[in-house]
Amino acid sequence: MTSISAQRLAKVFVEVADTLVDEFDLLDFLHMLTDRTANLVGASTVGLLLADQRGRLQFMAASDENTMLLELFQVQNEEGPCLDAYHTARPVINADLRQAAARWPRFAPRAAAAGFRAVHAFPLRLRQEVIGALNVFGAEVGGGFDDGDVQIIQALADIAAIGLLQERAISRGEVLTEQLQGALNSRIVIEQAKGAMAQARGISVDEAFTIIRGHARRTNQRLSDVAHTIVTDPAALTTITSP
Amino acid sequence: MAPPGGWGTSVSDTDEPIAGAMEHVAHQPAGGAVDGLVGVLQRLCTAAAGALSASGAGVSVMAEGGARGIAAASDPASARIEELQFIVGEGPCIDAFALRRPVLVPDLTDGVTHRWPAYAPAAHDEGVRAVFAFPLQVGAARLGVLDVFRARAGPLSGAELRLAFTFTDLAVRTILDGQDLAVEGAAAGGLDEAIEHSAELFQAQGMVMVQLGVSLAEALVRIRAHTYAQNRRLGDVARDIVARRLRLDPDDS
Repeated sequence: MTSISAQRLAKVFVEVADTLVDEFDLLDFLHMLTDRTANLVGASTVGLLLADQRGRLQFMAASDENTMLLELFQVQNEEGPCLDAYHTARPVINADLRQAAARWPRFAPRAAAAGFRAVHAFPLRLRQEVIGALNVFGAEVGGGFDDGDVQIIQALADIAAIGLLQERAISRGEVLTEQLQGALNSRIVIEQAKGAMAQARGISVDEAFTIIRGHARRTNQRLSDVAHTIVTDPAALTTITSP
Repeated sequence: MAPPGGWGTSVSDTDEPIAGAMEHVAHQPAGGAVDGLVGVLQRLCTAAAGALSASGAGVSVMAEGGARGIAAASDPASARIEELQFIVGEGPCIDAFALRRPVLVPDLTDGVTHRWPAYAPAAHDEGVRAVFAFPLQVGAARLGVLDVFRARAGPLSGAELRLAFTFTDLAVRTILDGQDLAVEGAAAGGLDEAIEHSAELFQAQGMVMVQLGVSLAEALVRIRAHTYAQNRRLGDVARDIVARRLRLDPDDS
């Protein structure tokens, strides 16, 4: 993998700063971050998991999303690079998925079957605590991340963690809990909306997600707001159209 | 679904919080004159208050528009404080429902009077110094709120917060499963906790909502009722629904 370009990196940092002063939505923010990280490092897919109150890793956002990827993120509740990064507070770098079946017997074969060859995971650190992990999948092994790349991606992961504290009263631990719980619930609403759209149109949940995400982008709405409308207002199911 | 008996041996490590909370509830005396769902919720409130070193706790079941349905509390004073919010039309419980996230107020005197000008002083007069409100919801299906009241200011510890979320989960299951299944259904569901957070289950909820033309909350109830009636696992039922191998019968409620 080539080293990360300074200009593109600077652009991402400006964009992140811009998000943080705007009206802030945690899910949108995390989604933007996974998207930009994927572009920046030339990864196939980047995902982000946060620990809920019980310490279980929950999928929050990814640069790409489908049933197979969701399973890959979900299984890391039990094993996988994100769980390792979460528990050790250290990144997992350049793991070759074809050599990883012994380390992650459930995760590795699934990731390989999904077309990935390499995987990385970076802990999301907030003060002394690890609150989740950033997951980077690559389609190729070889030319892995060097030390400089690792530092940059870890910095992006740290920004994601800081983003969680965006609401004003930074000293209040309660705010983090409130915001995280709100975002976890919004994630559920997105899944419910996929199901509703899939049933209404007779399509797969992955196709439903493409429609919902496309509509959110075209109308400049938050994904979680569109999803919420879909499951609370049946009329929305017919008015939302494909491009 | 695995039989609910013998939590102590059959429950895995990750399910221990739920099992612990269930035990707290099981050890409460049956609600005397109060039977059914309200009685179970009342025992849940008493157990939650005890486990969280709180002066009391209350549950308000609410309609989507915010109207209050049945309510339960650990004691008469908590019932009054809970009801107060609906009389003055403001408070942490109402905010938690509207914002769809917890509202945690470790110090009721600390600058919250402007947030709830009527509620904050009235609750303070009742001796409440901290309020923690947890929405009872599964995604967009909103069922109500669990409120925990404390007579001293200060935050919930990490362990207390985890326990509070466990009681919240338990209250959600109790309301969804209704009085008949309240204890056994929730206990069996406790064995299934990882599944209850799978993307497939939430997708299935949205699908059943559209398929049966019911509300999302009703869809959750139908899926759970079907699972219990067929003695299956929630995750398997959800998978079959998403794969379109299973359509719930519109009359099967």
